[in-house]
Amino acid sequence: MSAIVAVKNLSKTYKSGFNALSDVNLDIERGEILALLGPNGAGKTTLISIICGIVNKTGGTITVDGHDNVSDFRAARSLIGLVPQELHLSIFETVWDTVSFSRSLYGRAANPAHIEKLLRLLSLWEKKNSKIMTLSGGMKRRVLIAKALAHEPRILFLDEPTAGVDVELRKEMWNVVRDLRDGGVTVILTTHYIEEAEEMADRVGVINKGRIILVEDKKTLMRKLGRKRLILQLARPLPVIPPSLDGFKLELGTDGTSLSYTFDTHDSRDDVPRLLAALAAAKVDFTDLHTEQSSLEDIFMGLLST
Amino acid sequence: MNWRAVWAIFSYEMKRFFRTLGQSLFSPVISTVLYFVVFGAAIGSRIQEIEGVSYGAFIVPGLIILSLLTQSISNASFGIYFPRFSGTIYEFLAAPVSAAEMIFGFVGAAAAKSILIGLIILATSALFVPLSIAHPFWMIGFMVLTAVTFSLFGFMIGLWADGFEKLQIIPLLVITPLTFLGGSFYSINVLPPVWQTVSLFNPVVYLVSGFRWSFNEVADVSVMVSLGMTLFFLVTCMAIVAWMFRTGYRLKN
Repeated sequence: MSAIVAVKNLSKTYKSGFNALSDVNLDIERGEILALLGPNGAGKTTLISIICGIVNKTGGTITVDGHDNVSDFRAARSLIGLVPQELHLSIFETVWDTVSFSRSLYGRAANPAHIEKLLRLLSLWEKKNSKIMTLSGGMKRRVLIAKALAHEPRILFLDEPTAGVDVELRKEMWNVVRDLRDGGVTVILTTHYIEEAEEMADRVGVINKGRIILVEDKKTLMRKLGRKRLILQLARPLPVIPPSLDGFKLELGTDGTSLSYTFDTHDSRDDVPRLLAALAAAKVDFTDLHTEQSSLEDIFMGLLST
Repeated sequence: MNWRAVWAIFSYEMKRFFRTLGQSLFSPVISTVLYFVVFGAAIGSRIQEIEGVSYGAFIVPGLIILSLLTQSISNASFGIYFPRFSGTIYEFLAAPVSAAEMIFGFVGAAAAKSILIGLIILATSALFVPLSIAHPFWMIGFMVLTAVTFSLFGFMIGLWADGFEKLQIIPLLVITPLTFLGGSFYSINVLPPVWQTVSLFNPVVYLVSGFRWSFNEVADVSVMVSLGMTLFFLVTCMAIVAWMFRTGYRLKN
């Protein structure tokens, strides 16, 4: 796959002196869903705002399908749709008018069939003649998505698309995003819902304090950095962990009835059998055992703490 | 050139004007009627003709310029300020729309609205005083130039303002006094020589003078000087707005 968006050595320092981005390099592959994860203030919104032309960069270059986003801004921006984080809408407009207006801004000829398709896809068709001010928050967010897709972009940026959205609508939006990806649209979403990235993304980028910490295939990331936890329910409570088990870095539950052992999945594979043998030797009996796979959230928190 | 975007912005702004048609039209018409009642009937009846023109007919160009200035500034400043305030400006900045196209759309609509109001005031005036327009093409030319120039000026205010109250400061504290002191309701020739010289530093004098000349060939300064100064203000405003867009002033961080 070739990069549809290439960010090279991007930096941004605001007039206040705040350094929002430092030497960011990022290739967004054609047709993927890339989730940009990061805590509040990490630089996610600044990064996509610069790519979309809303914020001026301090240094570096950005190309969109080979077009420089400043010198060849028309070609670059024509390919991009943006769903902002805030519900920025003209509240006196109707749904149909505001979505049609977005298409015109991109210089595209009117296409009522496309607008209708979008409104139906986003369950807004029944509201097409309603004024924005009469819509619920979830509907307004869907209108923003419809506006971003009105000019049939090849790249869609979703800045915190499901912030403040209920679970049902969130899942509905995920389906829409998957459909778009299946239709060949490259999707970049910023989120701090790990669950969202875990559910949707092909690749995950982690950004913190204006720097990209890593960009990795989601499955590879979970395989490489994923940790497992083996939890043993003990037959009898233990006051302390026997000294013979010190080498395993076990954790004793607060009531002494469980032992947990955390290990990296890519480490040596005989740790668990060795532990079980050591437990038998120390006469520590257990009644049950199960394992837990670490989530993307655990990985994310681990990365931020390093 | 993204003409579809220009047309989209223009028609969006015009739609806003027609959505509030009552307020948009009644307010300037009522103001004009009040001016005629106060200056035309109450005071004007005691003032003799000025250079062969009745006082009522003399103030018509000034009234239209007053409206053109205030409407152009208020339409254009609100037109660009509101998207900034509501956050919808993101859509214009992210679209393949150049600064020139945005200006064509917003300023074109603001100027069109104020010209429309100017023409309505002209029609309303005809109900009160006998009107003659000696040079209709010049009249339209001055009207368009003034509307575009001050719409650009209003656009600058809309970009500069960071609160609704700031939208009103320049029109109230600068434009209205300059208009009243710019010969809208009198000829600057009636002022003492010192104040005549001071008045020549007031740009509105040139607008009113040229515009009035197009009606009844009465002018405080030569019509070519008026035209030259109007074009100078236009180019100055264009240069400043172009700079604001190039640097992203108050638009992009």
